[in-house]
Amino acid sequence: MSIIILRVENLIKKYDSLYALNGASFEVKEKELFALLGPNGAGKTTILRIIAGLTNPTSGKVYIFQKDLLKNLIWAKSQIGIIPQHINLDLELTIEENLFIHGLLYKMPLSLIKKRINELLEFAGLNERRDSKIKELSEGLKRRVLIIRALMHQPKILLLDEPTAGLDPHIRRKIWSLIKNIQTRGTTIVLTTHYMDEAENLADRVAFIFSGRIIEIDTPQNFINKLGSYALDVYFSDELKTFYFNEKTAAEKELIKYSKNYFVSLRKITLEDVFLQYVEKRL
Amino acid sequence: MKGFLAIYLREILLLKKRLFRVLLSFSINPLLYIFAFGIGLGKNINIEGKTYLEFLIPGLIAATSMLQAFAINVEINISRFYLKIFEEFQASPLSCFNYALGEVLSGVTRAILSTLVILLISFLTGIKLYLNFYFFLTVFLNAFIFASLGLTSAMIIKSHADQALITNFIITPMMFLGGTFFPTENLPSLIKPVIETLPLTMTSHILRNIAFNKSFEFSHLLILFFIALLSFIMAFYSLKWAKD
Repeated sequence: MSIIILRVENLIKKYDSLYALNGASFEVKEKELFALLGPNGAGKTTILRIIAGLTNPTSGKVYIFQKDLLKNLIWAKSQIGIIPQHINLDLELTIEENLFIHGLLYKMPLSLIKKRINELLEFAGLNERRDSKIKELSEGLKRRVLIIRALMHQPKILLLDEPTAGLDPHIRRKIWSLIKNIQTRGTTIVLTTHYMDEAENLADRVAFIFSGRIIEIDTPQNFINKLGSYALDVYFSDELKTFYFNEKTAAEKELIKYSKNYFVSLRKITLEDVFLQYVEKRL
Repeated sequence: MKGFLAIYLREILLLKKRLFRVLLSFSINPLLYIFAFGIGLGKNINIEGKTYLEFLIPGLIAATSMLQAFAINVEINISRFYLKIFEEFQASPLSCFNYALGEVLSGVTRAILSTLVILLISFLTGIKLYLNFYFFLTVFLNAFIFASLGLTSAMIIKSHADQALITNFIITPMMFLGGTFFPTENLPSLIKPVIETLPLTMTSHILRNIAFNKSFEFSHLLILFFIALLSFIMAFYSLKWAKD
């Protein structure tokens, strides 16, 4: 039976009269890769910030290994690694210096700091660049440094906030590979993303979040299966409409019908279709 | 204590990387004051039996160490609002005490460096000052106070622009009125008691007395110690307040 490593209970975060979170609840199992998927402003980052101890919730609880986060904050912080959306590295310092400072922040012994730096630079393929200043690196490399910095103190839970936002597709795939490798080595991962392909490729389970509330949680494949197998996109003059089918023959029949007047395209259903269905329901 | 070391070491690494620029900036202001007020304007002025330049140097050390210690607020602002590195510290198991101590001691280091630069300049211009342990202890306490206030101001403000207001309304007037350039005895009786209680004024008096090999008010040193303690407590609570 999987152990519940992280439990979020009825989180509410209010800024003046605005609710950033409105009763968000979910559980994450040990060694799981759990994705929070939602539009901009849905509350994904706020959830991560509360779990990381960066923001206090208005109400609600977070438990890490069954321990109340706020009552065990210093301990909880040592169990968590956070990778923010923005690059918050010291640009003037080298990769090695950034990692070293992080090790000291987390009160690691000097010998362990040196060992972890060597291991992680090797793991991320950055050994040759250890003495490079951060400001000399590309965006993709900076993001790699950000990821391995968060791993320095061997956190049990890694929080990633939009880990590939703004990156080129080939760099995104490299970051995906790095993330999957981290999970394989036993770290539980919670990531936020608004890239549906990212969640579909990486996540064991996905939580859809809208207006500060978790709407539904399931595996990407289950979400897709609930909608069907095939999607037919029909480009009407004023909108793009998608029809969903369980059987390919039924989809092909419709394809012939619409193709007489419109541009059409038949494809497999993706998580993006599931997301769009939720958006449509909420509009 | 490793947490405090992480903050201190980070600041020292950054200082080391910019050492040439930093030393140059530490030298330029004192040099300007020494040439403009000490050599230019004060050539024929004698105060308390000393040349104006001899009178000026201890006050300049007090004022420069104050400015350099307070200047940590600029670095903290950049870390907080621009680089967002402050979040990395907040996410770590580092206590507010250790963070504050690391930042304040980095400010003290900057102040001590700037003091050494002025002492070197005064030595090169032929000014002989008496130095002892209490001289450097006073510089340390003065720097500790203003580094703590720098950290407090950096936590209270909401943007870069607010910082200039604090510097213009508090630090700059203090620099000009706190016994740096002229004896406070000459001030109007209405504001004199207020000016005399400022930490910079006390620092200027102690440093000047030691530099001229005269006895100083030990009670002033104790008051500086208590102000340093109070300022650090303020910095500590401002950090806690800045969380959200």
